[in-house]
Amino acid sequence: MKNTPFTEKHIALGAKMVDFAGYNMPISYTSINDEHAAVRKNAGVFDVSHMGEFILKGDRALDLIQRVTSNDASKLTAGQAQYSCLPNDEGGIVDDLLVYCIEPNKTYMLVVNASNIEKDWNWISRHNTNGAEMHNISDKTGLLAIQGPNATRILQSLTDMDILNLKYYTFVKGRFAGVDNVLVSATGYTGAGGVEIYFEDKGDDADRIWNAIFEAGAAAGIRAIGLGARDTLRLEMGYCLYGNDIDDTTSPLEAGLGWITKFSKTFTASHILQQQKADGVERKLVGFEMIDRGIPRHGYEIKDQLGATIGVVTSGTQSPSLGKAIGMGYVRTAYAAIDTEIFIKVRDKLLLARVVRIPFA
Amino acid sequence: MSFPAHLRYTKDHEWISIEGNVATIGITDFAQRELGDIVYVEVESIGKPLAAGDVFGTVEAVKTVSDLFLPVSGTVTELNAALANAPELVNNDPYGEGWMIKMTVDNPDDVNGLLDAAGYEAVVA
Repeated sequence: MKNTPFTEKHIALGAKMVDFAGYNMPISYTSINDEHAAVRKNAGVFDVSHMGEFILKGDRALDLIQRVTSNDASKLTAGQAQYSCLPNDEGGIVDDLLVYCIEPNKTYMLVVNASNIEKDWNWISRHNTNGAEMHNISDKTGLLAIQGPNATRILQSLTDMDILNLKYYTFVKGRFAGVDNVLVSATGYTGAGGVEIYFEDKGDDADRIWNAIFEAGAAAGIRAIGLGARDTLRLEMGYCLYGNDIDDTTSPLEAGLGWITKFSKTFTASHILQQQKADGVERKLVGFEMIDRGIPRHGYEIKDQLGATIGVVTSGTQSPSLGKAIGMGYVRTAYAAIDTEIFIKVRDKLLLARVVRIPFA
Repeated sequence: MSFPAHLRYTKDHEWISIEGNVATIGITDFAQRELGDIVYVEVESIGKPLAAGDVFGTVEAVKTVSDLFLPVSGTVTELNAALANAPELVNNDPYGEGWMIKMTVDNPDDVNGLLDAAGYEAVVA
């Protein structure tokens, strides 16, 4: 199991640790509900250093990105980031990712899921037929997400970069907490606002950054947040989790990711996806809330009122903010309309649920 | 983590205390920590004779769900009504106000076959 630059800090804080994608990660420090509320109402710090980062460089970099990703990276200017996905040859999803434009036509950073680092690297390398320069900097890159309505106000005291007014999906690079070359990005996986900060893990920089953030946020009550609350926070927003809601067998159109699937260019399986768009998808990822008491979980079957299977749950939890059980899952398109009544098979019972709009919260 | 000496335990992380032939059952401090924030406890076995090791209910936490196993043979008579509005009692006081069920035990001597505090502590160490 790999450690992040912060593993010892998590253990010292008494976190419950788990093996996540081969990394020793904190699942929670106190309780998922408390940590969730701290992020929604105040500010929390997530160690997400397990995520993967690739640098793509040279005059062939953009061409490669355009061919392997579904969104249109040619629109990006320096300091902009974009959510995208890597389709596979069948129109499924190799991974979802963020594309950072460091310098247009020259330097890009791709941020991928920890569980897919090797798979993505091999996939992109295989398509790199024009010789773009590729570097996997995952192991030496630290990444903290500081999320919540008070996050940027707390962090602003640690840098001269304008973090308070950083627009969503843009980033700046500079000195932060006395460390140079820190990339601060107005992105996140919580819907609570805040930033993610990337830095090279060298010397005691990771320590300095962590300590500076917790000192700056002490008066406001900033807290460390584990992967458990990260999951409940993202699910309330209806954000997809790779391996749960999207995978090699789901298309971005089925997953509601048509907005990052741009047919203004050609990319892996774009003709398949374009045909799928023209024909209409047979199943759709929907959000639903439980009417009967029960909590949907990944893999539970979705049924119609006669008990016929119409889909499968991909994510589910008790929503800490809403106080009710919510989930996402694929259903046959006829059952995807808002307010449709569906049934979730929880152990041996069929429990009533209703399709609702996402985000939930 | 606490392991009160006056209780008996199972490898499935339930505790039991007995007076006469009436037992009180809950889950251990270790179990509530592993489960995390508990959302509700469901018990639909009241009044049915069950054998030791049978599932008497389920506990749903934010992150996961787990079956609950009867430590000894008998009949569940009562679910802790306080848990309906305050399931967090299981997290905050697993051996006290967070108790889950009461049952009548077929053979009170069965309890002697369960783990004592030291034996259970060794299981979760």
